[in-house]
Order: sequence, then structure tokens, then C-alpha cells
Amino acid sequence: MRLPTLRRDIVCRQAVELVTDYLEGALSRRDTRRFEAHLQACDGCEEYVRQVKMTIRVLGYVEPDDLAPETRQGLIELYRQFLEA
Amino acid sequence: MSDDDLVRRLRSGDESAFAELVDAYQSSMLRLAQTFVSSRALAEEVTQDTWLAVLKGLDRFEGRSSLKTWIFRILANRARSTGAREQRTSPVDVSNEAAVDRRRFDDGGVWSDPPAHWSDEIVERLSSGPLVAKVRAAIGELPEGQRAVVTLRDLEGLSSKEVCDVLEISEANQRVLLHRGRSRIRARFEDELAKR
Repeated sequence: MRLPTLRRDIVCRQAVELVTDYLEGALSRRDTRRFEAHLQACDGCEEYVRQVKMTIRVLGYVEPDDLAPETRQGLIELYRQFLEA
Repeated sequence: MSDDDLVRRLRSGDESAFAELVDAYQSSMLRLAQTFVSSRALAEEVTQDTWLAVLKGLDRFEGRSSLKTWIFRILANRARSTGAREQRTSPVDVSNEAAVDRRRFDDGGVWSDPPAHWSDEIVERLSSGPLVAKVRAAIGELPEGQRAVVTLRDLEGLSSKEVCDVLEISEANQRVLLHRGRSRIRARFEDELAKR
């Protein structure tokens, strides 16, 4: 979310909406500077960003279910039928 | 094994090439399909249809995106239209939801109820079994678009460009959905970890 009207400092309520753009490198250089300056001065937002980063890390641990052998076999069967068709 | 080699082997009837692809992608495809349709059985059907479409469409694979992205895009399209037939698919997410409950800020927008410190202990605490289940549940509760983006970006590890290719959405839309999805999951973790 871009905040073009942001003239001076970022407040916390805005900062939490900028986290993803910040992490994605989608903020302008000026907004990046303001965002980082805010983090340095604000313990709550600094922790908030750390929490978002940890959230991303934890999401990366979620594995898909294992492939069931019968599903695998069924799909290989599908391939054989496709070749014959 | 490059995508070109794989495609060549698939066309020539090499079963081990197909098995390789299934082993690499089927579980992830099932997970993605489940973000769009209501049941696991239906999601399995969608993945099967996708494999058939992939095989039939091999000649049309031009290598402009990776084979994986191409397969996932076919899957997402099919899952979405199947979900739409079930009338499950919600319209585009236009809500203007806040990352954090606005009541936690004062009138000037400064934290009045700042986050407790738990980022250092989350991994440790999430490794206890029940919380892993809660992470899955939290993902399952996301609205469809957010869930699809979070699944592809943060669970599958695709790049933002790949996610845009698979879901056929703009970079800006991808970022909004990612932001809302991650914000919701963080809030769920907060609820869980605040219980002491």
C-alpha cells in the first residue's frame, strides 16, 4: 500500500500496513528510509516486523501431505492410458 | 533434469519421467487445489484432470515459464472454475481490512496496545504438535485469494513473479493478498502465543 501523502513521519498504524511492501522491496527509497527510521525509534513496530518475518518462516515449515501410493499408481496408470490413446 | 529434457522424455513415453513429475508436484498441486474447492476428493479430481491436460498440452509448452509454473497455472485455472461451479469461489477480495485491529492504536495512530514480545520463541513453541495443526487451520481459514497467494509464496516458496503467473494476477494485487494473508496469520499466532 503506497502512502504518497506521507509527508513526515510514519505512525505505527501506517507502519503495520507497509510491512509487506517493505519486505518485498516495493517501497520507494524515501518511504523505505522513513519506514526504517520508524522501526529504529519504535519498539512495538520493530517487534511487529520481527513477528511477520517469523510468521513467514513458520509458514515455510508447513509441508504438503505425503503422496498416497494409490494416487501415484493411479496417475501412472493415467499416463499409460494417455500413451495408448 | 531440465524442463526441455523432461518434456522430451514425456513425449517419448518415458514413464519414469512422468513419475518424477508426479513425485515432485502432486502433493503441492493437491494443496493448491484445495484452496479453491470444498473437498479433498474434488481437489484430487482436479489434479487428475490437470495431469491429463498437461499431457495433452505438452506440444504447447513453450518454456516461457518453468514447467512447474505452467502446470500450476493449468491447475489453478481448473480448480478455480470447479470452485465457481460449486458457487464457492468468492468474488475478488475488495475488503479494506486492517493488518492490526485499529483499536490497538491511539488517535494519533501510535500503539496503545503494542505487541507482546514473542518473535524469539515462536519456532520453539510452534514445534509442539498442536500448534502445527493450528498453523494449518489458520491457513485454511484465509479467504481464497489470500490463501492461494500465501500457499504459493510462503509454503511453496515461489517468487512473486511466479505467483502472478500461476494465478494470473498483477504484482500489486499479489502484494495486497499476501499482506492481508500474512497479517491474519500473524494475528492468529499472537492470539495463540499470548495465552500463557
